[in-house]
Amino acid sequence: MKKTMTGHKAVAEAMRQIEPDVVAVYPITPQSEIAEYYAQYVADGIVHTELVPVESEHSAMSACVGAAAAGARVMTATASQGLALMIEIVYIAASMRLPIVMALANRALSGPINIHCDHSDAYLARDAGVVHIFAESAQEAYDWMIMAQRIAEHERVHLPVVVNLDGFTLTHSVQVVEPLPDEQVKEFVGEFKPMYPLLDVDNPSTWGPFAMPDYYFELKRAQAAAMEEVPAVFLEVQRAYRELSGRNYGGFFEGYRLEDAERAIVVMGSTAGTAKVVVDELRAKGEKVGLLKVWLWRPFPKEEIVKALSHVSKVAVLDRAFSFGGMGALYLDVTSAFVHQDQRPQFVNYIYGLGGRDTTTEQLAQVFGELKTAQPGELRYIGLRE
Amino acid sequence: MPELKTWKELPIGGVIPGGATPELNKTGSWRSQRPVWDSEKCIHCLQCWLHCPDDSILIVDQKVTGIDYEHCKGCGVCAGVCPVDAIEMVPERGEG
Repeated sequence: MKKTMTGHKAVAEAMRQIEPDVVAVYPITPQSEIAEYYAQYVADGIVHTELVPVESEHSAMSACVGAAAAGARVMTATASQGLALMIEIVYIAASMRLPIVMALANRALSGPINIHCDHSDAYLARDAGVVHIFAESAQEAYDWMIMAQRIAEHERVHLPVVVNLDGFTLTHSVQVVEPLPDEQVKEFVGEFKPMYPLLDVDNPSTWGPFAMPDYYFELKRAQAAAMEEVPAVFLEVQRAYRELSGRNYGGFFEGYRLEDAERAIVVMGSTAGTAKVVVDELRAKGEKVGLLKVWLWRPFPKEEIVKALSHVSKVAVLDRAFSFGGMGALYLDVTSAFVHQDQRPQFVNYIYGLGGRDTTTEQLAQVFGELKTAQPGELRYIGLRE
Repeated sequence: MPELKTWKELPIGGVIPGGATPELNKTGSWRSQRPVWDSEKCIHCLQCWLHCPDDSILIVDQKVTGIDYEHCKGCGVCAGVCPVDAIEMVPERGEG
């Protein structure tokens, strides 16, 4: 049944249906309502989750690590400075192969302090060893939270999964969302089978041991191997969810009118929705433009991106964060995927939407226009006062 | 030391099944001073055993029998808590 709800509520609904054993969370704008909704579910006895109201995000992720190592199904949510505070433990959660699912309400990192959306928080955790998925809408945020659980807990993966949803744009705006029935979600995520749970006192195990130069490298290589397992599992879970929900999830990214496009935009998050409107408008005028919306950012699906974009002549890659002193992180991902390809588009990098700056249909139409003459490799800005 | 494993042979997430891994590693070589236990003075109150952060006070049937020098780091807590001065800290002289 279709309902209207905010992105917060959509994420909290998915969490309610999954009903993890433990949620350790600290509120932070624009994530707070996720924590508040879930605390309300616990207080009302709707879920039987152990809610740990910690004193900081560092403690939130630490409690998640402890609970997950104990054998619990664990979820959390944060944003911006919260992620920055917990990042030390995010790396540890990934290295310990703990399948913690986290909603990240994307918000600009300080400074200057700002509460609005960009992707600098996600970029901070790019190399943490977590799986990164980006949602375009509240519906996608809901769907990805449920799929994330299966991906994270898959026996070949066992990694934290971050579901990114744009702060305010998705978290606070009311959209149409069609949740699945509770029992379908519970059946889809199934029962969590932990590996070496600490609470199995008959089979003790040592977690988080010290690793000297003789073992650290091998342990990190094994962690990288888990990431290599993600794409196949991602597609498998997507297929199962597509059958269950009837929704059109197929692939690591969504190509929108991309098949015969001459110019294209690559973007992650809610701006993809704006871009679709622009693509339709320009297509109506006969312009061959298209969109590639990235769902799975880490691990980055470079081979499939090459297949999807190699016929395009000009591509604008949009990054919603700086990588100071270099090009945008997504731009580097996309362009490096093509480095050994003879047939490749010309690429331009755009930085956009920092600190919640609106990105309009007019601006994206302008990007498609500029692409005709822009110099390859240029770093440009959308909506910046020059 | 056992033969080093390849990355493919390691358990998930660096977990060591079975626990009690300190027994596999002799870590007493860090010590700069060693506790010397005097069995004549000892009243077996077990304060040293209770306070030792490294489980290095050896006991049998609730009586102290000696010190595990393969794991004792020489912190001196045992000597500090002993009510009858039955443990004395003496400098290590490199004899291991």
